[in-house]
Order: sequence, then C-alpha cells, then structure tokens
Amino acid sequence: MLWLGIHLPRFSAEVVGDAAAMSAALARLAGWAGRFTPVVSPVPPRELLLEVAGSLRLFGGPDRLAARVVEGLRDLGYTAAAALAPPPLAATLLARARPGTLLTQRGTLERELGPVPVSALDVAPETLAALRGIGAGTLGDCLRLPRAGLARRIGTDLLRVLDRALGRIPDPREPFVLPPRYEGCLVLPAAVASVEPLLFAARRLLLELEGYLEARGGGAVALAWTLRHHGGHGTRVEVGLAAPAREPGRLLKLLRERLERTRLAGPVEVVELAVEQILPLVPANLDLWQARAAQSGQAWPELLDRLRARLGAAAVQGLRPAADHRPERAFVRTEPSLGEQPAPSPAPGPRPLWLLSAPMALPARRLTLVAGPERIESGWWDGADVQRDYFVAEDRGGLRLWVFRERGGERHWFLHGIFG
Amino acid sequence: MGDGRGAAPGEGVVSTGRASLDDLLPGGGWPLGAMTEILPVSAGAGELGLLVPALADLSRQGRRIAWIDPPHLPYPPALAAAGVAPSRVLLVCAGAGRDRLWAAEQCLRSGACGAVLLWPQECDNQSLRRLQLAAEKGGGLGFLFRAQRAAAAPSPAALRLRLAPTPGGVAVEVVKGRGGSGRRAEVRLAG
Repeated sequence: MLWLGIHLPRFSAEVVGDAAAMSAALARLAGWAGRFTPVVSPVPPRELLLEVAGSLRLFGGPDRLAARVVEGLRDLGYTAAAALAPPPLAATLLARARPGTLLTQRGTLERELGPVPVSALDVAPETLAALRGIGAGTLGDCLRLPRAGLARRIGTDLLRVLDRALGRIPDPREPFVLPPRYEGCLVLPAAVASVEPLLFAARRLLLELEGYLEARGGGAVALAWTLRHHGGHGTRVEVGLAAPAREPGRLLKLLRERLERTRLAGPVEVVELAVEQILPLVPANLDLWQARAAQSGQAWPELLDRLRARLGAAAVQGLRPAADHRPERAFVRTEPSLGEQPAPSPAPGPRPLWLLSAPMALPARRLTLVAGPERIESGWWDGADVQRDYFVAEDRGGLRLWVFRERGGERHWFLHGIFG
Repeated sequence: MGDGRGAAPGEGVVSTGRASLDDLLPGGGWPLGAMTEILPVSAGAGELGLLVPALADLSRQGRRIAWIDPPHLPYPPALAAAGVAPSRVLLVCAGAGRDRLWAAEQCLRSGACGAVLLWPQECDNQSLRRLQLAAEKGGGLGFLFRAQRAAAAPSPAALRLRLAPTPGGVAVEVVKGRGGSGRRAEVRLAG
C-alpha cells in the first residue's frame, strides 16, 4: 500500500462554515480523484487519501503523479498540499505539516515524521496541552520518550495514533464508493449576469465531472445545468449529446452556444450541474489509421451536438419513409440517425423531390397534364381521409409539378409538389 | 444514372452521374472541398434533379447530406426512389439568415457530411468566403442555391451555374468556372 495524502487548507469562502456543503464538495473531489486510482478515501473535513501503488507507473512516478493531482485540484479552484507515504496516516500528517514529502519506502519514515508538530495530530486539546507540559512539541519528541511513561502520562490513545502513523498497526480505510450520478454545484463569489464568468464557474464543474466520468469509465449523454438566481429559482439549460462525451473543452463550447441564446431570469448566484446517465465511451485506439477513422466517426455526433446547442433540438432532424398511402404521411421526421435504416418500399407512381408543407390551391394557370391519374384513396379509418387523383403537370415556364384534383366536394385542383 | 457516365472524373471532383454535365464542368464533375453556386430561374427548375445522382452516390458510400433551410421538404419517397437513402439526410431548420450560414459552415467544416446544400436568405461575399474555407477544410461538396439575379454580382464560389427548365430536362450555363464562362449544355433529367 502506498498512500497519497491530500490536504486542502482553504475551502472556498462560500462553503466554509456550511458542514453539509463541505462534505458534499469533498465527496465530489473524491469522485474526481477516481481518475487516478480506484481506491480513494475522504478524510473529513478537508482531506483525501488516494491509494496509488498501482498508479505510479501509469502517471510517470511519484513526483509526476503528485504534481498532476495538485495541478488538477488547482484547476478545480482548490489549493492543495500533497505527500506520499506507505501508512495512510503518515501521508495525511506529512501533507498537513511537510507537503511535498514523497516516501515510497518505510525506511526513512520515522526520520521524516520527526519534525511534524504535535498540533498536526488529531487528538484531544487536553492531550496536546499535556504534551506541551512535558516539552514534547514534535512527533520526534514523542517517539524519543519511553513508551510506558508516555502511555501513563498522556494515555494509550496517543500511542495508537503514533503506531498507526508509523505503520506498526493496521489502519484500514473505508474506500469511497462512486455515486451512481454526478451532482455538482458551485456557489459564485458574487452574483453574475454575463456569460463569461458563468462559463468560468461551469468549467470547474466540467473538470470535476471529467474526473468522475473517467473514474466511471464512461461519458455523459445529457448535462442538466441549473443557474440559480436570488431567491432560489433557477434557469434550466439542458445540453443533450449525440454520443457519450466527457472532454471539458467541448462540453463548455456547447454550453456557451446555449447560454448565448438563453435569457437568464436574473443574475446567477449558484451554478449546478447534474448528469444522470453514463454510457461507456468508445476507447480511443492508438493505431493511427484507426484513430483517424474513429475521429471521423466522432465528427458526426459532435456536429449534431453543436447544431442542437445553438439551434435547439427541434431544428435538427432526420427523415424516414413511412408506410402510408397519403403523400403527406409517407414520411416521418425523426432524430438524425446514427445508423442504417431498411429501405422503404417504392411508391406506386412518380413522386416529386419537393413536397409542399401543405397542398396549395392552384390558381387558374395553364397546366399541361403529362402523366396520371394516380388515384390515392386512404385514411378513412382515422378521419384524415383523402380521395384524390394525382397528375404530373407542366406549367408554361417548364416547371414540372405534382398536382391533384379532389374526387369529392368541389373537385378543386391543388399543387402538392415540385419535381425540382 | 440518367444518361450514363462520361470519362472518369479528374482529381478533386465527384461525377455528376450525367455525361453531358460532366463534360460541361471544369474537372469533369462537382468540385470537392469547394462551393458551387446554383442559380435557377425559379425554385424547382431542375436544380435538385441535377444533384440527385451525385447525392445518391454519396449516400451509397454512407456519406451524409445536410440540407440547410430548403424551400420545401425534400420528399423521402422521391429521394429513396432516386437512390438517396433518407437515413443519410440531415435536415436543419436554422431559420434566421445568420444561423443558416453558421449551420452550413459547421456542416462543411466538420467533414461529417458528403454534401451540404444551403438556401441562404442573403449571402454577402464575406460569408461566402467563410463557406468556401469551411468546404476546403471539410473536403465535401458545398452547394449554394440563390436567385438568378445574384449572377450579376461577382462571387468567390469556385463554380457558378445558371439553370432554366427545358422540356424533359434543364439547360445549364456556366457563369463562372475554370475554363471560362458562357458554356452551355442541356441535361436530360429522367423522371
């Protein structure tokens, strides 16, 4: 076992003093840290432990791994101190008092812990006072005193703490279980009404989400943003994705597109992000040709996402033929397809490339009927019945038109399509 | 396939699927990675019939075809009958003029579409140049449908064609293109 201890001296001012918010924030950081190792254990109120024995090689050694974690936390808006040691308590104490200490072996543990002040220990205030009373200001001082005397004068609890720090007795830690969904929230230092500062806050949540999704080995397909205003009511912004994704830059771009077209109900005080559904990502293949193919495969869902983000989902459609004799019902508008569809059965007569959104009463203009009639009678069962004779016609300008004459009622002529 | 294929198309073009048209166009087909401007005398004068064989080829290769704010619905039964798989159609209703240009630019640039068909509201040369650059980056076919009166003004599009319907087909005149303008051909449209 090898533990990376993370100490977060300053939580953001908006959260400090709110115990529930702090513990939620710590849990989210534990989820984010899952990108570095599957074993993460939060140490409330403001610390994390990451078991990294199996991650060192992947991240290029202890220095690089520690630097990655600290930089990542800085991007999330936290100042972090890190230290590495085999016993978890030693990692925590060193992160508190001697950040940057990286021990992969137990050999020098006692020497490195020596200068740590006793005030770094999680012990009762009266224990600290008693230690000061016997002139023990550091862990080194405590370890130099005879155990029996220390136990008698200070109590056995302190001995147990020291033994855990030195790895002499087991110190099991509860591993953090990733929640099934991501729920992040960020309280802004001041209410904002413009897009840029909102995006700045959103980016932090997206970086947090990225770590969580990496830990889950998946991607998001829908991001539900809520921008809370004074009084708690919120503007909701839903960003749907055509394919699972987690790359913060891209997700931020989509949010920007949406925010530029969203009317906020007022200045924003809190940004919330929820992700319900997580789907596996297609693993990136490192083979170059494959990678290029995968990239072009990505181009399509990414294009759909960009179009939907700016124009709305309803503005981006696919088409599918449908089995109905009525021309205006021989197709359905669908989601743009990500796959193949079976070919439709061919129509019984000529069909125009353009269909008018509704049949248009034909003004009296001179038409030459070129082909027809094709009789279409259908729909008596759903009340939208049609009884029409369709013709291909040409007008004097040479346009080829698809026209019909009603078989009942007034027997009017209508224009329904253009052969284009 | 209309009246069959002409000579094999050159580099950087897609055969139009009609020999008479391939012979008329510089390079022997629709230019890839470029904007082609189509100026019909009136909407429905055969501009779609002219494109359909190439669109069918693209859809058979699994390429997608984006339609940005077409004047009417591209009718799926007719597309299917012409060999254009409706499942390969992306229909974008951007609405406002600037959004149309933006959507077309995204579709062209992404490389995810084999062809992008745009019916703009208004189109200044700066927007056209942007579309041309996006088409170069994405490498697909770009088609821009404008009213005939636009032919009077210069345009950065690589190829500009004027269309008028004829009995059973369409007359095509090159307004601008490599190899000079003013050349004409009559193309028969099946159907």
